[in-house]
Amino acid sequence: MSAVLEVSDLAVTFGTRDGLLKAVDGVSFSVSRGEVLGLVGESGSGKSITGLAIMGLIDAPGRIARGSVKFEGQELIGKNENTLRSLRGRRMAMIFQDPMSTLNPVLRIDTQMIETIRAHEKVSEKAARARARDALAKVGIPSPDERLLAYPHQFSGGMRQRVAIAIALLHGPSLIIADEPTTALDVTIQAQILSEVQTLAAETGTALVWITHDLSVVASLADRVAVMYAGRLVEEGQVADVLTQPLHPYTKGLIESVPSRNRRGSPLAQIPGMTPSLACLPEGCAFRPRCSRATEICLEAPGLTQHVGGRRVRCFHPSSNLGGGA
Amino acid sequence: MSTPILSLANVSKRFVKPLDASERIANLLGAHREPQIVRAVDRVDLTIMPGEVVGLVGESGCGKSTLGRIVAGIQDPSEGVVAFKGQDIARMNKAERRQANLAVQMVFQDPMGSLNPRMKVLDIVGEAPVVHGIIPTQQKERYVSDLLGRVGLDASAMRRYPHQFSGGQRARIGIARALAVNPTMLVCDEATAALDVSIQAQIINLFVELREEFGLTYLFVSHDLGVVAHVADRVAVMYLGRIVELGSTEAMFASPNHPYTQALLSEVPQLEPKKRKFSALNSEIPSPLRPPPGCSFHTRCPHAFARCETDRPAMQEVGPGRLSACHLNDR
Ligand SMILES: Nc1ncnc2c1ncn2[C@@H]1O[C@H](COP(=O)(O)OP(=O)(O)O)[C@@H](O)[C@H]1O
Ligand SMILES: Nc1ncnc2c1ncn2[C@@H]1O[C@H](COP(=O)(O)OP(=O)(O)O)[C@@H](O)[C@H]1O
Ligand code: SF4
Ligand code: SF4
Ligand SMILES: [Mg+2]
Ligand SMILES: [Mg+2]
Repeated sequence: MSAVLEVSDLAVTFGTRDGLLKAVDGVSFSVSRGEVLGLVGESGSGKSITGLAIMGLIDAPGRIARGSVKFEGQELIGKNENTLRSLRGRRMAMIFQDPMSTLNPVLRIDTQMIETIRAHEKVSEKAARARARDALAKVGIPSPDERLLAYPHQFSGGMRQRVAIAIALLHGPSLIIADEPTTALDVTIQAQILSEVQTLAAETGTALVWITHDLSVVASLADRVAVMYAGRLVEEGQVADVLTQPLHPYTKGLIESVPSRNRRGSPLAQIPGMTPSLACLPEGCAFRPRCSRATEICLEAPGLTQHVGGRRVRCFHPSSNLGGGA
Repeated sequence: MSTPILSLANVSKRFVKPLDASERIANLLGAHREPQIVRAVDRVDLTIMPGEVVGLVGESGCGKSTLGRIVAGIQDPSEGVVAFKGQDIARMNKAERRQANLAVQMVFQDPMGSLNPRMKVLDIVGEAPVVHGIIPTQQKERYVSDLLGRVGLDASAMRRYPHQFSGGQRARIGIARALAVNPTMLVCDEATAALDVSIQAQIINLFVELREEFGLTYLFVSHDLGVVAHVADRVAVMYLGRIVELGSTEAMFASPNHPYTQALLSEVPQLEPKKRKFSALNSEIPSPLRPPPGCSFHTRCPHAFARCETDRPAMQEVGPGRLSACHLNDR
């Protein structure tokens, strides 16, 4: 499988009154055709900024400080805005938690969709309308012909998110970055959307980066998972491996703190303390003050090391039930 | 048998949804649009025993918060009887009603929205117990300091304002404020929904500890079935204002009776890594302004038959301590 997206050593900084914040610091991963990568982490860990940086959507005071983003073999960092904009409409698309960040509240859905199609392709209005209708049908919107004539406010939150997804899919992009698109929705609606997205990725070969704070969404949707903490990638691997045998103490803590009926009434494992502020990260490993495995060596910054099964972890003392690594 | 700490009998809550601008204009032009009625809570019976944790689940808009506010005495029902320790609160005198209201406290999802940003934590937590004569003013600082310690905050927190805390710390302040008036019951409305998982775990553990320490009873409202499954002894499932299934957490999760409960449980993403096909209920919850007749779930139910479209199914016993409102149980 060839990589649709290859991110290496990506770093994004924000100049603030507290100094230079490293919101994303040396993140690397790749996604292949038809593959779903789950990007997880708690709020502020740098997930959205990573997604926006890939799409070329970082605005001042943010800045891409270093690194490379290769999309279908083409380097995006340093590309001019026109090239990026044309790629964004056609070859890659982003879906946000709030669908209204993509939808125009005062335009009818058909107007918006037809405009989007004709911005990138020379097709007749009639052909564009037919495509728009098919796209709505594909994401499970009932009576699409009728719904094309509606305005965004006439849709429920779940339906609006479907419309945003349908718009993202219009040009059959090879990459979609989805930033918590189902977080605000009910489980029933989330399940419908996940099911449709899963089918679409499999059918069209679209590579998908699914950003979420919810490990269970990753478990049911993704092939691989990358875990972020304080702007860094701390662990990456196949979903089945990472969720059953996490190597990094933070990943392990996250998994154990998910409530479920299997451990009803018993105390949940909790990670002590709270996420550090980027303005005052601890020296060495950023997780050190919360980590039960920390030793003196953790005062130095751990690098990302390779482990068996194509896994990577950033920790001096990864769980040792697996071979490989340090 | 002991007396329930709280019971609801045939409780309904209706809201009038006023006409919007376009509807008012339509009326000027001769249309006859009337304000619509939302039955947020529709003839609910629920009994909560001392020391129990009852979970309340359902999709957004199904009436969970409204039911929670009725239980906490913040809203009065349009119909039906709410009894606190066996006594109808509508027939209580002022002093009794105040006692009942103090005894049931509410903890909200958005601690920032429910904490006065201009008040120091000392006053946020300490004001109510002083006003209600639970402690004399001179003892306020000691009292607040003890409470903060109890919810895992440093006593120095009382000198600060809400915005100076993280989300998890604000949730703790909200809990301290609720505990300050010695409640016997807490209604937690999506109390951990805004928190990161690792912080949510800390707060859920705190709820469990407090339950043991103070013998608290809980109504735990959440759209997150994992959270409810973890904390609740019994679960009530709500759909369009009605409770459609009620039973022990264990039994309900093992074998849900009502088709809606079955659908809801099957949609919960699990941590077990296996790519699975979601079985998707293939439509959305209908508007509470126009709930379907008969069984209100019939528009989405894979098992619906003719009778479901006309007769409202009553809650009936389907197992020890288990109730479900579905006609399939008569077949
Ligand atoms: N406009 C901004 N100015 C300063 N810092 C920012 C800005 N946007 C994001 N950040 C910082 O970047 C970090 C990562 O943010 P984000 O990627 O949104 O996190 P996530 O999506 O994982 O919750 C945050 O800690 C935040 O402080
Ligand atoms: N104060 C109010 N005025 C009008 N309608 C309301 C009011 N409060 C709630 N509702 C309506 O009642 C229904 C139930 O709401 P709510 O109890 O908040 O549900 P949930 O907490 O399950 O999401 C919704 O349709 C909501 O719009
Ligand atoms: S490097 Fe050290 S402090 Fe960091 S996660 Fe590993 S053991 Fe913990
Ligand atoms: S009463 Fe009928 S429609 Fe309602 S849940 Fe049962 S089978 Fe489905
Ligand atoms: Mg984000
Ligand atoms: Mg609510």
